[in-house]
Amino acid sequence: MTDTARTTAPTPSEVLPAISVRSAGKIFTVAKGAEVQALTGIDLTVAPGEFVSLIGPSGCGKSTLLRLIADLDSATSGEILVFGKTARQARLDQEYGIAFQSAGLLPWRSVQANIELPLELHGVGKAERAARAEELIELVGLTDFRSRFPDQLSGGMQQRVAIARSLAERPKLLLMDEPFGALDEMTRERMQQELVRICSETGAAVVFVTHSIPEAVFLSDRVVVMSPRPGRIVDIVSVDLGPGTSRSDSLRENPAFFAGVTAVREALHGSPVAPLGADLR
Amino acid sequence: MTTTVSAAAMVTDPSAGGASAGRGAAGRSVARSVLPPVVLGVAFLLVWQLAVVAFDIKPYLLPSPTDIVGQIVVVFPLLWSSLLATGLNALIGLVLGGVLAVVLALLASRVTIFDRMIVPIVAAVAVVPIVALAPILNTMFGSTSDTPRRVVVLIVVFAPIFINTLRGLRQVRPVHRDLMRAYAASNWQLTRTVTLPGAVPFIFTGLRIAAPLAVISAIVAEYFGGLQNGLGSRITSAAANSAYPRAWAYVFGAIILGLVFYGVTLLLERLASRRRA
Repeated sequence: MTDTARTTAPTPSEVLPAISVRSAGKIFTVAKGAEVQALTGIDLTVAPGEFVSLIGPSGCGKSTLLRLIADLDSATSGEILVFGKTARQARLDQEYGIAFQSAGLLPWRSVQANIELPLELHGVGKAERAARAEELIELVGLTDFRSRFPDQLSGGMQQRVAIARSLAERPKLLLMDEPFGALDEMTRERMQQELVRICSETGAAVVFVTHSIPEAVFLSDRVVVMSPRPGRIVDIVSVDLGPGTSRSDSLRENPAFFAGVTAVREALHGSPVAPLGADLR
Repeated sequence: MTTTVSAAAMVTDPSAGGASAGRGAAGRSVARSVLPPVVLGVAFLLVWQLAVVAFDIKPYLLPSPTDIVGQIVVVFPLLWSSLLATGLNALIGLVLGGVLAVVLALLASRVTIFDRMIVPIVAAVAVVPIVALAPILNTMFGSTSDTPRRVVVLIVVFAPIFINTLRGLRQVRPVHRDLMRAYAASNWQLTRTVTLPGAVPFIFTGLRIAAPLAVISAIVAEYFGGLQNGLGSRITSAAANSAYPRAWAYVFGAIILGLVFYGVTLLLERLASRRRA
């Protein structure tokens, strides 16, 4: 498989990957000392600026893998490097921005104050915070809502605030755990398009967990297909739909898009997709 | 009298025009919520007065409202100063007890061992018989001091505020915990930006229970000797002198004080929740 980033022929000193996962595994100890192998033998490299989706059925460990990279959990084996640092050091150095399925906004803070939260925690001055929040509010199209509170916003708007917040410190890496999972299909497609635009504008690498095949194909440079029990990578599908800036709604009816969807689907099912009747079982 | 005033306000408000229509509506809704209890209260006083006159009830059994009002006017300067003295005791006890409860709840929510140590102690504090404790405290701190009363209030208000606050502090959503970890936030930052603001509604619930309790316990604590400057002392001494209408006048002061405490707490809660919605 061709494991190339979009950047052309980088000099050796520049090839430091955004993420490098080497034979990582995770075992959870559950009740009565029983162990669950959540992930095994994970190898994955994400280049700077690359958009990679993790897809797979429930329980395949895709969210766990993201949490390991974010150092919200620690791997039981293997090595995880983020920009050449350990996951822990990368978290302490704030090398990534993160967004979850639930927007996770603080209900007692306005839109603007929510976006400023990471800056405030890391000691950025008031005027600078306000200026940055202003830019981000504009970027996600919430100019008229900056002093609203989260419970006055729709689910899609809340998620946009969460994305703006994840971008607040201009991270070179974004980790997103099903951020559009709870949105309706129409809002979801619009958000995907905005995300793909924002990411290509900021040049950040993205790891994006999803269980939607079209979403993964539309957004990604590569789609990592995972399988459960134990969680592992079964295939990595490269999607060649051009740079994010040129990805628009019309792409969803493009043959290349369908080809990508089919390829991911076949990888998920482990064989060429059976005819419709057989698939229903 | 009160009823006619608010009725007049209701009539004049809508004519104020479009700009203040919202205020007019607000005024009407206030009138709607204030009017019924006022009417009920006035009716109750009327029945009381009529019953005392009609059945010729003796003042030591039940004085009439007019007698009580007469006494309120006569003793007003003393009533006012007693109300302030008791109110100050209740306020100091409530504030100190509240701060102590919130701080200890914060500690308990952070340090597991401390949590295990303090919960049985709080249960013990919650069942302390104040009536038994007050005379002992009087002996401890001396009977010319206000401290015993403040300590009594502190003990009474501690448990409801502590228990509610601790519950609130344990409500942190996993996503917020993850987020703050991703931001490499310190424990104190987590407390200040997530845990404590999230617990504010719970703290106010505790405070709303504790505020009237503070007044009641401040008054009851005065029944057991010590300084003769508060409402409780005045009630006991008036009753001991068979001056029943006067005793009732001070009881009326006690009711007003309790309502003020409850009302202010409610107002603070409204202000705090307005900021978040």
